Amino acid sequence: MSRRSAIDAARARSAWLFVTPMLVVLAVVAAWPLARTIWFSMTNATLVDLTTYDFIWFDNFVVHAEGRWYGIFTDPQWLRALWNTLVFAAVSVSLELVLGVIVALIVNASLPGRGLMRAAMLVPWAIPTVVSAKIWQWMLNDQFGVVNAMLEGAGFTDGPIAWLGGSSLAMVSIIMVDVWKTTPFVALLVLAALQTLPKEIYEAAKVDGIHPVKVFFKVTLPLIKPALVVAVIFRLLDAMRMFDLVYVMTGSSEETMTLSVFARQALVSFQDVGYGSAASTGLFLIIAMITVIYIMTLKPLGQEKAA
Amino acid sequence: MGLRGLFASWKSVAAALAALVALGPAQAQREGGAHIAIACGALGIELELCRDAAQEWAAQTGNTVEIVNTPNSSSDRFQLYVQLLSSQSADIDVLQIDVVWAGMLQSHLADLEEPLGDRVDAMFPALGANNRVNGKLVAVPWYIDAGVLYYRKDLLDKYGYAPPKTWDDLTRIATAIQKAERAEGNGRLWGYVFQAKAYEGLTCNALEWVASHGGGSFLGLDRAFTADNPQARTALNRAAGWIGTIAPRGVLNYDEEASRGVFQTGNAVFMRNWPYAWALAQGAESPVRGKVGVVALPKGPDGKSAAALGGWHLAVSRYSRHREEAIDLVRYLTRAEEQKRRAIVGAYNPTLTALYDDREVIAANPFFATLYPAFENAVARPARPAGARYNQVSDAIWRASYDVLQGDSKAGPALTRLEDEIARIAYRARWSEQAE
Repeated sequence: MSRRSAIDAARARSAWLFVTPMLVVLAVVAAWPLARTIWFSMTNATLVDLTTYDFIWFDNFVVHAEGRWYGIFTDPQWLRALWNTLVFAAVSVSLELVLGVIVALIVNASLPGRGLMRAAMLVPWAIPTVVSAKIWQWMLNDQFGVVNAMLEGAGFTDGPIAWLGGSSLAMVSIIMVDVWKTTPFVALLVLAALQTLPKEIYEAAKVDGIHPVKVFFKVTLPLIKPALVVAVIFRLLDAMRMFDLVYVMTGSSEETMTLSVFARQALVSFQDVGYGSAASTGLFLIIAMITVIYIMTLKPLGQEKAA
Repeated sequence: MGLRGLFASWKSVAAALAALVALGPAQAQREGGAHIAIACGALGIELELCRDAAQEWAAQTGNTVEIVNTPNSSSDRFQLYVQLLSSQSADIDVLQIDVVWAGMLQSHLADLEEPLGDRVDAMFPALGANNRVNGKLVAVPWYIDAGVLYYRKDLLDKYGYAPPKTWDDLTRIATAIQKAERAEGNGRLWGYVFQAKAYEGLTCNALEWVASHGGGSFLGLDRAFTADNPQARTALNRAAGWIGTIAPRGVLNYDEEASRGVFQTGNAVFMRNWPYAWALAQGAESPVRGKVGVVALPKGPDGKSAAALGGWHLAVSRYSRHREEAIDLVRYLTRAEEQKRRAIVGAYNPTLTALYDDREVIAANPFFATLYPAFENAVARPARPAGARYNQVSDAIWRASYDVLQGDSKAGPALTRLEDEIARIAYRARWSEQAE
């Protein structure tokens, strides 16, 4: 018995030995910055002088003073950014999911040149976001952009469209570029799931003469659901903190400003460390909340399957 | 790479860093005199002018001087300054700062009132008012800028108009000439171009419209919220009326260079811009060479012309180890002889009013005489009352103005929202708890 516990203890020790570096790294690169941001979100620190600031509790979030409401939760610009972010996340993730599954089904079929297609499919995803954002910004330019030239040449439009000019078109353009860029990621995850599916089921379905569409909804979709769940959570978290695409393509314009762009503007352009940290913390809380709700609603599904 | 390898590479990085750090002081102790680092602008001829003059000063006084390279983009330069100054770094002794940074950087700058206050009193009054923050003189103006109105002399002559004195004149003349010229087949001609892109330039334009109508400058010097008033509404609604009539819709995306592009290719009757556009519009390659005139911006209904104040100033860092020498360099660079040289060689507008009577200066730049009234009527952007929050206030101003110009909102609700936003900024900055 004692011998056994000695071995256990030794094993536990070596386990800790292996885990400790990771914990230290996590503490340094994740926990510490997060804690510091949350701390700063309750101060009125500015970059002008980072050494002197007051602790103001939740005044950066919401406070009623001098007959008005203040704080990010009552700031029209922040609320606008929240709305933009939610619209962007909902629309782009839905489109990517549908298109990703379609693309995955196509490249999963045994067609000639399948390997080439799978490689080509990944190109948009492999280009760094800032680079593709800049490319798209030029392609969508109203004066010399190739997209307008093509549309005009084909006779669809008779004047240049200001894709990224101040209107709802800017958000449409950004969603379009994000879908172009990240559909391959979803497709890749779905493709991996499709390849693990047992062939016998499909043969059985074929023998029974079931319509392929019905097979997809009754067989394929339920079987690749775990992969879709993972894809959605990855994409949703990514979309909620969307920064680079928006910042490069339309800067700090109000029409497309996301929560991350808002936080950057407050922190860097306005040097308002307290307010910017509050905006970041707000975003962190929202993402945490979405993750928790998502996992909670999906849990019954997993248990059902286990049972 | 093992742990040892990791350490070895750490060591080499540390050694490289140490070498970098050691470079500074080693350079500084080269000679007996003080070593002064100056950060001046590097756009075009600016760097050369600054270097020559600074080295002249060094040779005369036995000190050494080093020109620090700074980013061309003004917002990048501001960020660099803030980083250096907020870490109390002594790396830069003399800084060239934008007119609107006086309030934002004031806590880091030395008081120049005692050594150089007299000189600033001999400059345009708006400059001194802008740079005296919290009872200290934070910078000495080096050259001045202000919004001016460019017009096509040939077109105005052709239709028998004098340069416009009021905004009503401008609207009327622009409409008439645009209509007549278009009837003659000049289809691309527009009446008026200005800067309406959502950026700092729009804040300057909006300030000029509002101030010339007697609507103040969005935020009072005493930090009173004065943005929303009937005159300001009239001014912004008037400007919104130009979009699509005498100004192309594309003006909503024009900065200085974009509007100069339209004017200089002969496609606009009037243009609002800074004085720099003069030399370019009259350049050898310019299609409108010899056809351009400059006047002060039009007046509002109560007969006042307002030009947004711009320009760059020299300040001394509070953390400089050689404050006396740094102040002496500022004294040298801003004296009349040096400003005259810069005016003649580089067409930089002097800040000393007396130089506008100087025959050599006027001979080199005849249009300086017409700029004088614009400089005298210059209005400062609300940089002093906004202090460290100027960027934020300006952002709110140009967003509100943009909404009105774009037609998303009437001036009334936009200005009400602007005042609300300024109140938010004021609350965060705790303005009510501190006297300015």
